[in-house]
Amino acid sequence: MTDVIKTDVMIVGAGPVGLFAVFELGLLDIKAHLVDILDKIGGQCAELYPEKPIYDIPGLPKISAQGLVDNLMEQIKPFSPQFHLNEMVEKVERIGDPLFRVTTNAGQVFECKVLVIAAGGGSFQPKRPPIPGIEVYEAKSVHYAVRQMEQFRGKRILVAGGGDSALDWTLNLAPLASHLTLLHRRQDFRAAPDSVNKMMTLVGEGKIDLVLGQVTSLEGQDGQVSAAIVKRTDGSIFNIACDAILPFFGLTMKLGPVADWGIAMRDELIPVDTGTFETNVPGIFAIGDINTYPGKLKLILSGFHEGALMAQKAHRYVYPDKRLTFQYTTSSTSLQKKLGVD
Amino acid sequence: MPQITFTDSQGNSRTVEGDIGATVMETAIKNNVPEIEAECGGACSCATCHVYVDEDWREKVGGPSPMEEDMLDFGYDVRPNSRLSCQIKITADLDGLKVATPDRQA
Repeated sequence: MTDVIKTDVMIVGAGPVGLFAVFELGLLDIKAHLVDILDKIGGQCAELYPEKPIYDIPGLPKISAQGLVDNLMEQIKPFSPQFHLNEMVEKVERIGDPLFRVTTNAGQVFECKVLVIAAGGGSFQPKRPPIPGIEVYEAKSVHYAVRQMEQFRGKRILVAGGGDSALDWTLNLAPLASHLTLLHRRQDFRAAPDSVNKMMTLVGEGKIDLVLGQVTSLEGQDGQVSAAIVKRTDGSIFNIACDAILPFFGLTMKLGPVADWGIAMRDELIPVDTGTFETNVPGIFAIGDINTYPGKLKLILSGFHEGALMAQKAHRYVYPDKRLTFQYTTSSTSLQKKLGVD
Repeated sequence: MPQITFTDSQGNSRTVEGDIGATVMETAIKNNVPEIEAECGGACSCATCHVYVDEDWREKVGGPSPMEEDMLDFGYDVRPNSRLSCQIKITADLDGLKVATPDRQA
């Protein structure tokens, strides 16, 4: 059991809106920890469209999505936010007034006075390939992510897919596996050309097999797979014997456990008060794409505004005895001190 | 209006009318054709409107774009005549088009 981390604020989601919330909270002397299921900071901006330009960030006529994330990271640096990546908040319990115990899927427990949900469209989760009966093998011998490479040492591995994850893990696991087969539907790969070339070299050297086809069903028992039944493009069927299957069919956004945290929801969104962006549970806020209110626009700039107002109300929970004076970063020496720019 | 026939995985067929300029996916959804999900709403970013184009119609309908091919990687039982129905625009030429749906979408 790991130690409980105590913090003022927990932010669920490290996308642009969650990041800017760190800034607004930081100006009010409020520290934050952020949890994100992705392995990187930046949410959809970093995962889905890092290279794509954004044209509607006030004051930035054109910036790439990754550029925006990088800028936000620089902007919030003075407040040293703590990130917990590759983790998803599973459970939220109210244990005080307000005080929350938050547990992630990695077993990490946090205690926070304020919970800010900035989870966008929900959590990114691996897409389950449309193979009948695959559910019974999940976690035991079908894996959608590699947590420990050692787990695959000496095994016969089947990697399915044609994107970067499929190719990266093919290259990484090939030296460990007793045998590795990469299965893809067609000759063309979506992955980076460099990875494809490296993979083709391994195939040329006879170190791995490349098979063109699609898995139609699985054989095995008690959750342990023994073979994949594969159909080639010409319709012929054959078996690939394997101990582990790693399907990489991209990510999909799912609302995830948010719905179980006791917050009122409407059509998979969280209704909020537009003066504070607080949910129906005092101390739990929702900002960015995941909230809803009359006139809501799913824009990054709206999420920034929502974070600023959230911080004002959060201050009352974190420092119930302190009066909050409104200040500008341009003129306030105390704010400039916090930013380290005086 | 062009007529489009959808045959489901059980072999049941239904013929519906489609608007010129609309997509085959939109036509299916509008007419409650089963086995077409269209989760992403036509943005070519899922593979849940997957259909098999009847062999006689393949040439007229044409093949998938590279982006559509990428999405078809996520489909189930993808075949040489597979297309995403959100990427097939109905034209007068496609009157009588026949497509079949797979027994599961991605």
